Amino acid sequence: MSESHANAPQKVIFEVLRYIPGVDAKPRMQSYEVPAPKGLTVLDGLLWIKENLDPTLSWRSSCRMGVCGSCAMFINGLPRLACANQVAHLHSDKIIIKPLPNYAIIRDLVPDLEPFFAKHAAIKPFLIRKNIEELDNPTGEFFQSKEELVNYIQFAYCIKCGACLSACPTVATDDAYLGPQALAQAWRYIADARDEGAAEREEEIFSAHGAFRCHFAGACSEVCPKGVDPAFAIQLMKQFMFKKKLGGCKEQHGSELAPPVENWVPKKEYPKAPEHSL
Amino acid sequence: MRESTLWFWHIIAGAVILVFLGLHMAIMHLDDILALLGTGYANTVSAATVFARSQQTFFMVTYIVLLGAALYHGLYGCRTILFELNIGKGLQKLINWVFTLAGVGLFVYGTYVAIYLYKMKEVLP
Amino acid sequence: MTDEKNHLSNKLGIWGWLGGGRYGLERYAYTLHRLTGLGLLLYFILHIFVTGSRLGGPESWSASMAVYETGLFKIGEFLVFVAFIYHGLNGIRLGLTELGFLMGKPERPLFPYRSSVMRQRPVLIVIMVLAVILILAGGLDFFVLTSH
Repeated sequence: MSESHANAPQKVIFEVLRYIPGVDAKPRMQSYEVPAPKGLTVLDGLLWIKENLDPTLSWRSSCRMGVCGSCAMFINGLPRLACANQVAHLHSDKIIIKPLPNYAIIRDLVPDLEPFFAKHAAIKPFLIRKNIEELDNPTGEFFQSKEELVNYIQFAYCIKCGACLSACPTVATDDAYLGPQALAQAWRYIADARDEGAAEREEEIFSAHGAFRCHFAGACSEVCPKGVDPAFAIQLMKQFMFKKKLGGCKEQHGSELAPPVENWVPKKEYPKAPEHSL
Repeated sequence: MRESTLWFWHIIAGAVILVFLGLHMAIMHLDDILALLGTGYANTVSAATVFARSQQTFFMVTYIVLLGAALYHGLYGCRTILFELNIGKGLQKLINWVFTLAGVGLFVYGTYVAIYLYKMKEVLP
Repeated sequence: MTDEKNHLSNKLGIWGWLGGGRYGLERYAYTLHRLTGLGLLLYFILHIFVTGSRLGGPESWSASMAVYETGLFKIGEFLVFVAFIYHGLNGIRLGLTELGFLMGKPERPLFPYRSSVMRQRPVLIVIMVLAVILILAGGLDFFVLTSH
């Protein structure tokens, strides 16, 4: 075997679902042979196909570094981010890529995320305070301790990629179910010490198509690329409701304004902030 | 009723079933093993033992409690499965009514049987 | 099937309840919980009427029990026993997780992430082992030690 031959990258087969509305009556699988050098991600492979083999292949992606949440796809049996999974780590010379299940297909690997975002909006994903005046004309910051931050910070890491709804068995049949993403976000705000919106969100999240349609199949937490653990959030939400039924939940009072910082001396090693330019 | 209330009782009923159905299953189906361990509860489905148990207050009461809890837990669980099938609001309402009526009907029938047998004193010598 | 925007439906439907990916144990425990639950409910409703035959006196009871002693019914009854053991034990796990136990506390997500599902998995495994032991004990009682 010659030196150059030994160093030539291995080839893998990308088997990609294709569906072009108006052209294809039914989705079909199309195979591409892709050279796979060390470190090739699934997204890199798709880009290589688009550049060299088939410019008509469509998908959604942006940041290439697991932050934007655009490129979630059904890759070798699990919903995952195409950019955050290397071909070598899939331990297979055949990469089967389909669009995320449980969403309508717009074209090829592009899912329709509109219902997903509508559910996210339905749970009011923002801090709710009784005193609106303070929100409109803020006079300070709401206090939050380090411990209080840890209560919800993990749920705040959601990048809205939609992988969890693809894995969820309830979402597979129930269109009205809010789904792991929206419910986890609802808990992210309810668990926030600064929030007072639990009562306002309750009707939506504990409805007949809310948290109680979760049966802890756990698949959402398993596939979440950011460690958000939506199943955990939903169980904590049910615990919250159970305690409430037993009469053990006090009315939610958001934290007070943090007192102004006094006698603060900046550390020497920190450079001074630049002057306002406007 | 509110979904949260329905779910709350589903959990409570589950815990009740666990205790009483566990007892029921152990008495009915692990009887031979329990007899080997010396509890003297063998041959639990013969008419003599069944009717003797029916006339003990403990078994009559637990039978009714188990009946109610199991009907509630089972029918709510079944309703959950049906509600996840993308059915319309009208059908959801119909299911709620049918399940409520079926549950109450079966509970009344089962309770009648339990109390009738409890009061039937001279069935066996 | 396409909708008004010409999008192709990709809902998994009831097949999604059964699996559809390389998911962990819990997702299949969920499927089995559902199936055993439906089976138990069906049996339970029949059981209410069968035990109602006691209204006809001891003869009527013995007659309906004689049917249960025949082969196919006996296997059916054993399956109900198995379903109860599984549904009950798995139900304990689900009840505990729904009340917030077994899964630890929220924490800062640090890669590689360890989800609540992984934290409660040892309990699932212990419960499965316990289920197998109880089912074997039941099998011994049903088919070997037959006093009734």
